[in-house]
Amino acid sequence: MGRNLVEPTDRGLYCAAGDFFIDPWRPVDRAVVTHAHSDHATWGCDRYLCSEPGVEVLRQRVQNDADIQGVAYGELLDLNGVKVSLHPAGHLLGSAQVRVEHAGRVEVISGDYKVQPDGTCDAFEPVKCHRFITESTFGLPIYRWRDDAEVTADINAWWRDNQEAGRTSVVFAYALGKAQRILHSVDASLGPVVVHGSVQRFNDVYRAAGVALPDTTTSTEESRKTCKGVGLVVTPPSTLGTPWLRKFAPYSTAFASGWMAIRGNRRRRGVDRGFVVSDHADWPGLLQTIADTGCESVGVTHGYTQALVRYLRQQGMDADIVPTRYEGESDTEQTGETTDESG
Amino acid sequence: MQRFTQLFLEVDRTTRTSEKTAALRRYFEDAQPRDAAWALAVLTGQKLIRRVSYKRLRQWAGEVTGFDDWLLSECHSSVGDLSETLALILPPADAPGPSGEPLHRVVEERILPLPLMTETQQRDAIRKAWKTFDGHERFLFHKLISGNFRFGAARKVVINALAAAADIDPAVMQHRLAGTYTPSVENFEALLRGGDDVEDPARPYPFFLAHQLDDDPADVLGDVADWRVEWKWDGIRAQLIRRAGQTLLWSRGDELITDAFPELRAVGDRLPDGTVIDGEVLAWDGDKPLLFGQLQKRLNRKRVELMLFMDVPVVFMAYDLLEHAGDDQRAHSTDQRRETLEQVLIEDEALRLSQLVEAESWEQLADLREESRAHGVEGFMLKRADAPYGTGRTGKGLWWKWKVDPYTVDCVMIYAQRGTGRRSTLYTDYTFAVWNGKQRGEGELVPVTKAYSGLTDEEFAKVDKFIRDHSVGKKGSFRQVKPELVFEIAFEGINESERHKSGVALRFPRVSRWRTDKQPEEADTLVDLKRLLAKRV
Ligand SMILES: [Zn+2]
Ligand SMILES: [Zn+2]
Repeated sequence: MGRNLVEPTDRGLYCAAGDFFIDPWRPVDRAVVTHAHSDHATWGCDRYLCSEPGVEVLRQRVQNDADIQGVAYGELLDLNGVKVSLHPAGHLLGSAQVRVEHAGRVEVISGDYKVQPDGTCDAFEPVKCHRFITESTFGLPIYRWRDDAEVTADINAWWRDNQEAGRTSVVFAYALGKAQRILHSVDASLGPVVVHGSVQRFNDVYRAAGVALPDTTTSTEESRKTCKGVGLVVTPPSTLGTPWLRKFAPYSTAFASGWMAIRGNRRRRGVDRGFVVSDHADWPGLLQTIADTGCESVGVTHGYTQALVRYLRQQGMDADIVPTRYEGESDTEQTGETTDESG
Repeated sequence: MQRFTQLFLEVDRTTRTSEKTAALRRYFEDAQPRDAAWALAVLTGQKLIRRVSYKRLRQWAGEVTGFDDWLLSECHSSVGDLSETLALILPPADAPGPSGEPLHRVVEERILPLPLMTETQQRDAIRKAWKTFDGHERFLFHKLISGNFRFGAARKVVINALAAAADIDPAVMQHRLAGTYTPSVENFEALLRGGDDVEDPARPYPFFLAHQLDDDPADVLGDVADWRVEWKWDGIRAQLIRRAGQTLLWSRGDELITDAFPELRAVGDRLPDGTVIDGEVLAWDGDKPLLFGQLQKRLNRKRVELMLFMDVPVVFMAYDLLEHAGDDQRAHSTDQRRETLEQVLIEDEALRLSQLVEAESWEQLADLREESRAHGVEGFMLKRADAPYGTGRTGKGLWWKWKVDPYTVDCVMIYAQRGTGRRSTLYTDYTFAVWNGKQRGEGELVPVTKAYSGLTDEEFAKVDKFIRDHSVGKKGSFRQVKPELVFEIAFEGINESERHKSGVALRFPRVSRWRTDKQPEEADTLVDLKRLLAKRV
């Protein structure tokens, strides 16, 4: 097992010294959760620990009466003699990196993170450490995000074009995180906004946390009437081709995801437009962050692990793959189909 | 480049032909003629230069980015298209956003000089371009210099949009564009001018194309006496033009192929001035055509070697007359045109008249059609006796091809490859194999053909998943697949081939159905295929 504080196990990352798991995928006694996406937050643990702004988001994901302890970003906790603190990951509301310190050694587990700030959650902060376990969803140099403002301008322009053509604008976005980011950034003065129920649920949580979102309604006969041909619909990709969506026809469809950086992926999704909006770090973001942590070893998980590890080693870094249950084959991973809330 | 890029994206983003046409029309109306002149060339499939190889581009991109080959391969494999991959991984351009450089300058100053440069000069020029262009512009630049530009609208759609922009009949525009279009402001503006045409002696007429007849002609075509029937030749459709003391042979692909067939040029030289004959170039032996592959040998060499010239004699099989004594004959009826054609034809070994097949009834014709393969043809052409010569595929119901059923063979899928462009994340190109033993299931599976998917979306998704779950080897976009799935491949003909390990090559292979009822051991053998070869020659 070596001298790492945090090591992979068949239930997830485990810190033996402090006897707790980080993002376990099976019920455990004590779970520190980076964020509320389903590939990081599992149901049925005895005790949860997450960031303060993340508590209500996590509650949507686990049992209602779950024992969830919220801790402010940066606040130090003692878990069985191990110092634990959470730091903003910029991925979605309440997302955190986990900093673990014991006997003079510091390790940071990134969870999912995004470097560019976006206004719906606390901005990412790099944390100094000896070992950094990083995600690698977009760990290839083909992924380099444009400025958010440019993409938002594209989305607004597309919405206006659709209005001119008398079509509803349908944006497919994951219900938690991506959907709220889109809603927060678009020019809602353009027209009415309807969202799927699964999106509305998290909108309420975001609003309660003080994040500015435009007025949204779920699909009713009345909201459809005002929305059709002029409005914006924000809905999870799983609603593509459903009767729920067809009621907004005629429409133009778009998918908001980092995967849309590749032309072929948009065609594969069968949507008219692809907007490159990601909740994850791009290639430069990953490399910059690894450098910023000043770490001496890097664990790579969750994505293009092999390529990133090989690249880091070539740069003279000590890097290894940290397996997770969600290590699909990169092909399926690439299309965002295994991780229903990622991209 | 910005306006051109916008056009590319607009066309790429929609599947509706009406929207593609509208986007193209707007482009031709807005764009500076200097730019549009080049755009038209590119959009109608012209290559600007002899391509700069991907190998070089990749190497230079490696130098600029410092990325090793394995990482470039990893990226390429995820993207599926090298032009796109390189556009994505190269460092950002010096200034963000569109370059503001007009298309004509990009073409004239950056692209056209490339083939004249040394390798080092080329590298420097391309590195400079990478500092200027980013995003979609960079991607398109790669496509243009690598001879790999594929546009999301068919040539016909481009021509129709141009006709709409010029406010003239699409058929007239097609005629204006039928020959070589040399990109220049003058030529572009000449295309756009209104009114009727001044003849260009080099130009062929647009070919009239037949539709496929799937029904029984007795049910849909009426009296057999109203139809003229010929064998459907399997060669290169072409127009033999004699005008202004010049002979030209144009293929249907708008390619000038005169140089490949000196014996046909000699025929043309003996024709009276102002003659245009529509027909088929065929490799010919005695009384019937040779395999298409023989003809291809001739086509592939610009300067015909004497040996080959003797080995593979060709004929021009004439079947229609489009111009006589300088007069356009196309409005005349099939019968009238044929009568004149027969008068025009001269005695020459290399010129033949496509004979009419006489029959009393459709039943009798159906019987005769079964002899097609023995005659080395694909079935019948049916032309209405009173029909004019149309344009392209317009005039449905006047010309039909009534083909014999295709051959089929049951094969096992052994390799799969990712598609390019929009299909880059899907396994769309399959390689199929048959057994090389005496019996089915004996010996090894040897690859015989590649075919693109002819499957339904649902089947396609299943096959794609199978490939992902059952790959036994992987290299780049290429996968070796567990030999388990059996497909029926339909094809039009079979040739001997030295290039293929199996020794045979199939013509127009496509997947006709997925034989989920068959085990790989039940696939056909190479012996079965070679038997067809023996029958055919
Ligand atoms: Zn996540
Ligand atoms: Zn995740």
